[in-house]
Order: sequence, then structure tokens, then C-alpha cells
Amino acid sequence: MKGLQFWGAPLLSAAILLVFLAAWHAATRQEAGAQVVDAEYARLVGKAAASGQKSAFPAPGDVGRKIWGHITDPFYDKGPNDKGIGIQLAYSVARVGIGYLLAALVAIPIGFLIGMSPVIYRAFDPFIQVLKPISPLAWMPLALFTLQDSNISAIFVIFICSMWPMLINTAFGVASVRREWLNVAKTLEVGPVRKAFRVILPAAAPTIMTGMRISIGIAWLVIVAAEMLVGGTGIGYFVWNEWNNLSIANIISGILAIGLVGMLLDLSLARLTKLVTFPE
Amino acid sequence: MSDPLIRIEGIAKRFAGRDGAVSTVFEDVHLSVEQGEFVCLIGHSGCGKTTILNILAGLEPASGGYVFAGGREIRGPSLDRAVIFQSHALMPWLTVAGNIAFAVTSRWPEWDRSRVREHCQQYIDLVNLTGAEKKRPAELSGGMKQRVGIARALAIQPRMLLMDEPFSALDALTRGMLQEEALRICAETRQTVFMITHDVDEAILLADKIVLMTNGPGARIAEIVVNTLPRDRSRHSVHKEPHYYPIRNHLVDFLVTRSRQFNEARPASYDPKHPPVVTPGLSETLPAPAAAASIPARPAEKAVVVSLRH
Repeated sequence: MKGLQFWGAPLLSAAILLVFLAAWHAATRQEAGAQVVDAEYARLVGKAAASGQKSAFPAPGDVGRKIWGHITDPFYDKGPNDKGIGIQLAYSVARVGIGYLLAALVAIPIGFLIGMSPVIYRAFDPFIQVLKPISPLAWMPLALFTLQDSNISAIFVIFICSMWPMLINTAFGVASVRREWLNVAKTLEVGPVRKAFRVILPAAAPTIMTGMRISIGIAWLVIVAAEMLVGGTGIGYFVWNEWNNLSIANIISGILAIGLVGMLLDLSLARLTKLVTFPE
Repeated sequence: MSDPLIRIEGIAKRFAGRDGAVSTVFEDVHLSVEQGEFVCLIGHSGCGKTTILNILAGLEPASGGYVFAGGREIRGPSLDRAVIFQSHALMPWLTVAGNIAFAVTSRWPEWDRSRVREHCQQYIDLVNLTGAEKKRPAELSGGMKQRVGIARALAIQPRMLLMDEPFSALDALTRGMLQEEALRICAETRQTVFMITHDVDEAILLADKIVLMTNGPGARIAEIVVNTLPRDRSRHSVHKEPHYYPIRNHLVDFLVTRSRQFNEARPASYDPKHPPVVTPGLSETLPAPAAAASIPARPAEKAVVVSLRH
């Protein structure tokens, strides 16, 4: 019984994967020699193109081979339009990292101030409410025009989209520090700086970290779109470039890589959140 | 007579309601606490007990009146008055030793690490938590958490300890043990304590003076009961003392009926500045002054009212 409880979920996951792969395989398999184009057209283009041994959508085996290729050689560099998937991911992660860290440096102190003072909160609130719902990509033209550099513009877009969850969560976490902890600090005549770092910051840390986790998720969503727009390097550009090459297998490899890296980023932030969360 | 440690002069708490009408929680509260005294405040919820404690702690301003601590008016919180909160209020990210050290370094910022650790250890031992120094509050039982709260308050060596129903969130067995220990610690340290409770037995066990508050709104101090039981009493034998039941009946009787009726049928001789001081069970030994006649006779016991000598 215990074995079933432990192995049940992984076995079921494997089964779901197998069913999905089998369905994919069945859907992309085609009878050899069956004509898939018009007879007139077939005569025009010749036998190889007309026989349509495979549909344009790759079978799981083809994608698997492509992925294996990427795994065995992730860092090759054969010019601007053909770089290994590892290099592209590194570009994206670096952009997200820089934009995200800059956002944290700005958002957490401002969030702290907003959370501490209801007056500052009310003063900042209208700006936050208006800026928050703007799609980060809407900033892109403005960023390209003012910053004159596509790479910095992408980082700026990440910066802007990572700001809001961190800012709002920090303000909320700071504002909702338990009254009794503040009272303890008050009765101990703790100074404002010591109170901020020894009481409010640790008390608000789990909420701040939750904001940071939401932000990294959004940043990773946005970087793909941003890189499709600005081009050059990055996993978003990779996917778009493979669309231009009409290499569906490569697109699928890219999508999978995006998912895996996103999961790793989320997991690492979840781990950090756990480090600063203490049950009462 | 030396100046009392705490002197409350006619404090009140009023709130402006939504319709603009002012509601008075309590008013005309006069009380003094002497050095080394253990004073308990009893009353129903809603009479503003916690507010009075918060005013004494400096966490909340009074709407009227004055409070003096050691002759100086209270204008804010002070390290001279430590508070033990009802919900222990420990910081979950700090260990037991860390929580106490936070208070100690607030009190003596110039102390070095080893001195702080030594001082903390002394109070951890005092509340019988030796061995739990490295634990976080989440790993402790409710009773142990409250012990940490007590150690944290005592460690800053305050002139006065303010306790807001410190044992009410605990189960009966733990509560009894902690009350016993509070009694021992207060006897050892000669600590001045002001405690809020709604537990009659707790008040009789711990307090030298039990202050009875009427029900709100417009609550005030109805009378002050002097605990005539010997000071070396214990939880197991206190109910065998001859004055135990007269005092207990007097308190229960007050809480059940008189706290409600007091504001409607206030005795003519009632003076909020000098609320009557009663010693239930001592009717034979103390001469009854004239004021006693105004207190309605109760069937359970006889109470004697003596005027407060100033």
C-alpha cells in the first residue's frame, strides 16, 4: 500500500506522457506513398515532394533526435543565425537576471517606504494603479527610441514588468506586519532603523519573496516575447528564427527549454522563500 | 508614605462613534501601584482593561487624565515597563535565546555578545527553559512560548511588569504551573506587577490587591479588594486558607451581578478618587466604618469597607 502511495503519482505521470507521445506519433504518421498534393502539382514538382512521406509536423522521434542534438552540443556558435540553444538560453537568463535585480533594487526600498507610511502609499497609489496593467511590451517602442539599444531595451522591459509584483507585495508585507511585534519593538524602545531591519524586514520577508517569485515568472514570460521583437540573441529569438526556418522540431525544442528554465527559476525562488518563512 | 511607582489620575477612554456620538469606555479611573506590589485588574471584556494596560505601557494615549510612573508623566513606551502580551508576541524568525537577546540588546546596546548571552541564559534558566535556547517558537508548546515571553520581559529588568491576561490562552494544567512559577519569580525578584485577568482564582493566587472594574460603557473602578491570604501561598493549599472562600465569593458575586448593577445603583458615598477598599472575611478583625452601611449586604459573606488612607 505504501509503495502505491509513493510510486502512484510518478507512474501516472509516465503513463500520461506515454499516451500523449503515442497520440502524437499516431497523428503524425502517414502511409508511405500516399499523395498529399494535387496530381497536377505532383507532376510539376516531382516525386519526392509529392509523395509526402511525412507531414510537415514532426513525429516525436524527430523532435527527440533534435533535442538530443541540442543536449549534446548546446554551445556551438556558427554565426549570428545559428547558435546553440545553451548560448541562447544564457542570453535570456542574463537579461532577465539584470532587469530583475535592478527592479528588486528599486521596488523593494520603495515598497518598504510605501508600506511604512499611509501618506506615501496614497501618493504612489494612482501611479501604481495606472502603470501596473500596462503590457510590458507596450514600453518597447518607447524604450527603443530613448535607449537606442535593443539589448538594453529588452532589459528595461524586464525591469518594468518585474517591478510591480515586488513593489506591491513589499508594501503589503510591510504594512501588515503583526501589530504585536511592532508593540514589542515599541516597548523595548527600538530605534527606527533597527526596527526596520530586525523586525519589519524579517516579518515581511515571506510576502516580499512571494512577490519576487511572481516577478521572476512574469519576467520569464515577457523575455521570450521581447526577444522575438528585438531579435539577435536569446531563446525568444531562437524560437522565432526557427519559425522562419520552418523547423518545427527546433521550435518544439525551444518551447521545452523555455518551460524547463522557467520551472528552475520558480523552484529556486520557492526554495529561497522557504528559507525566510518561519511558522509561528 | 512614599510616592507610588504608578499613579493613575482620572484617566478615561472615549471613542467618537460613526454617528458622531462619543462613547465612553471607562472614565474617572484612579489607582496607584506601590513598589513591589502585585495588582490584578478584573472585569468583564469590554470594560477597557487592555486599554488601561496599553496606556500604562505607553502604547495608547488616554483620552483624559494623567498617568505617572515614578513621578514622571507617561508619554510613550519605556524600557522601565515591560509588557507580557496575551499572545506571547514572540518573533518566529528568532530562536528562544534570540528573542530574549533582542530585548537585552535593546536595553543595553553597549554590551558585548558574551555578556548578552550570559544575561539571557540567566533568565532562560529562571523560567525553566534550559536546553531550549536554540529552538524557534514554532517548536515550543503554548506554555513554553509564554515562558519565553516572561523571560524576555524580566530580562530587561524593568521597574514594572505589565501582563495582559498572560495565561488565558493556555490549557488549565499549563496555566496552573505557570501561575505557580509567576508567584515564585515575583517573590524572588520582588517585581512590581500589574496584571489583567478575568480568572478569579488566578487573581486570588497571585495578587496582593485586586481591582474590580464595573462593566462598560462608562466603566470605572468599583472597589479594591485586599488579598489577606499569606504571601507564601501555593496553588495546592490556597483554597484551604480561611479567607479564601469569602474573597472568592466576593469576587464572583461582583462579576456575576454587581459589576452590571454598579453604574445604575452607585452608592452615595462612592468616590472615584478613593474607591472603597474591602477585605472580605476580615469582618471580625477590622472595625466597620460608616461607609459599610451603603454597601448592600450579600448573603454569601460579609464585606467590610474601609476608607483608603492617604
